[in-house]
Amino acid sequence: MNSVTLLNSTQVNLALKRLARQLVENHDDFHNTVFLGLQPRGIQFAERLVREVEQIIGKPVNFGKIDITFHRDDFRRGEEPLKANRTEINFLIENRQVILIDDVLYTGRSIRAALDAMLSFGRPEKVELCVLVDRRFSRHLPVQPDYVGRQVDSIQSEKVTVKWSETDGTDEVILFTSKTANDSTIG
Amino acid sequence: MTALSVNHLLGIKGLSREDIELIFESADTFKEVINRPIKKVPSLRDITIANLFFENSTRTKLSFELAEKRLSADVINFSASGSSVKKGETLIDTVNNILAMKVDMVVMRHSSPGAALFLSKHVKARIINAGDGTHEHPTQALLDAFSIREKLGSVEGKKVVIVGDILHSRVALSNIFCLQKLGAEVMVCGPTTLIPRYIHELGVKVEHDLRKALNWCDVANMLRVQLERQDDKYFPSLREYSMLFGLDKKLLESLDKEIVVMHPGPINRGVEITSDVADSGQSIILDQVENGVAVRMAVIYRLAEKINRE
Repeated sequence: MNSVTLLNSTQVNLALKRLARQLVENHDDFHNTVFLGLQPRGIQFAERLVREVEQIIGKPVNFGKIDITFHRDDFRRGEEPLKANRTEINFLIENRQVILIDDVLYTGRSIRAALDAMLSFGRPEKVELCVLVDRRFSRHLPVQPDYVGRQVDSIQSEKVTVKWSETDGTDEVILFTSKTANDSTIG
Repeated sequence: MTALSVNHLLGIKGLSREDIELIFESADTFKEVINRPIKKVPSLRDITIANLFFENSTRTKLSFELAEKRLSADVINFSASGSSVKKGETLIDTVNNILAMKVDMVVMRHSSPGAALFLSKHVKARIINAGDGTHEHPTQALLDAFSIREKLGSVEGKKVVIVGDILHSRVALSNIFCLQKLGAEVMVCGPTTLIPRYIHELGVKVEHDLRKALNWCDVANMLRVQLERQDDKYFPSLREYSMLFGLDKKLLESLDKEIVVMHPGPINRGVEITSDVADSGQSIILDQVENGVAVRMAVIYRLAEKINRE
């Protein structure tokens, strides 16, 4: 399997800082804005991004975690049982602006499920999407991000993996290419 | 993580420890779901479930129905009174007629032990046993063990005494299997006439003195005296039973340590347990009811997951 580094540690951190600045530009002091990270893989990206934003504005923001397992559209279609993670949303999202955060945007199905799951917590005023990597031209649903770390042109047999220094020792985005790769990622 | 090893939930006996842990892990997430502002997830939108209750039930039936609805399944209900069962229709005919309306899963309570197993062999649907006579009541045992795990952190190594009418209790049998699979020690306590003669073969301790049993245990599960199943006199009077095997505040407070009190309901207040005990801080009776919905959601979800789409 061949691999290409799409973003190295420096580039990941630059992207994080840029995204944080863009968010601050659009959301002021975040008094009416909340962050929702997608379980499981969007959480680390979301935590890093929230930290950057908090450093800039100098106060804490509302940050929750949302699990999409029971809202996915592939229930009973796969071999493996779906594993659920915790949803932790300790604030109301009614009439708030929500920023959904995930690491890789691929087919758009996770985001569709996340929008559905999110509505169980109220009707937000507005929802935006922030992703570290956008695998464009691979969407199954009409979902587009508002904030993007890096756009990538990739085909179905390729796989994009995001590593974080907290768990993997380094910040890195890698593209794996394999002729036989069976890509089961929904992103 | 692997899927459940079974296609039907007929009893705890057929489950592995991994199955029970998978159900508990799922129930943890569903408990979070049922405490949300909108207590519903769309997972089972295309599943239809029939609740067939050939025997009376309040709590179990409501709990199953709520669990099904919170998973967005379509639900149909059936109770034996006022049905064609009274006109002489057989169980298989009744169920097959219901299945002809495209039902994927059947939750059944029946007065005959083995009814769920029998049905699983003859009809094409997933079966969940909601109590078959004096045999098993698997979801009750799962929610009891789940509640112990929640209250005490784990079930492993805990000492649990089941008090009362063990002879006629499906809750007792399922609880024994479930608790033992999870590594707990189990004791049964009651009048000699209400303890099955060879129960020690299952590896449980037997005690006839309630005070000794309570001093031994971490958790006491107080069962109801099932007068409706008793075709004979098993003890002289309810008053004597409650004096010897009823749990009151005085007894509870005189114990060496604080124990957890459980009851699967319905409670006969003043017989097996007094009101002040049932409503005390040591009782987790209402937690059991809340956990019942989460545990049943987990069971239904994990069984539905194995239904292959044609």
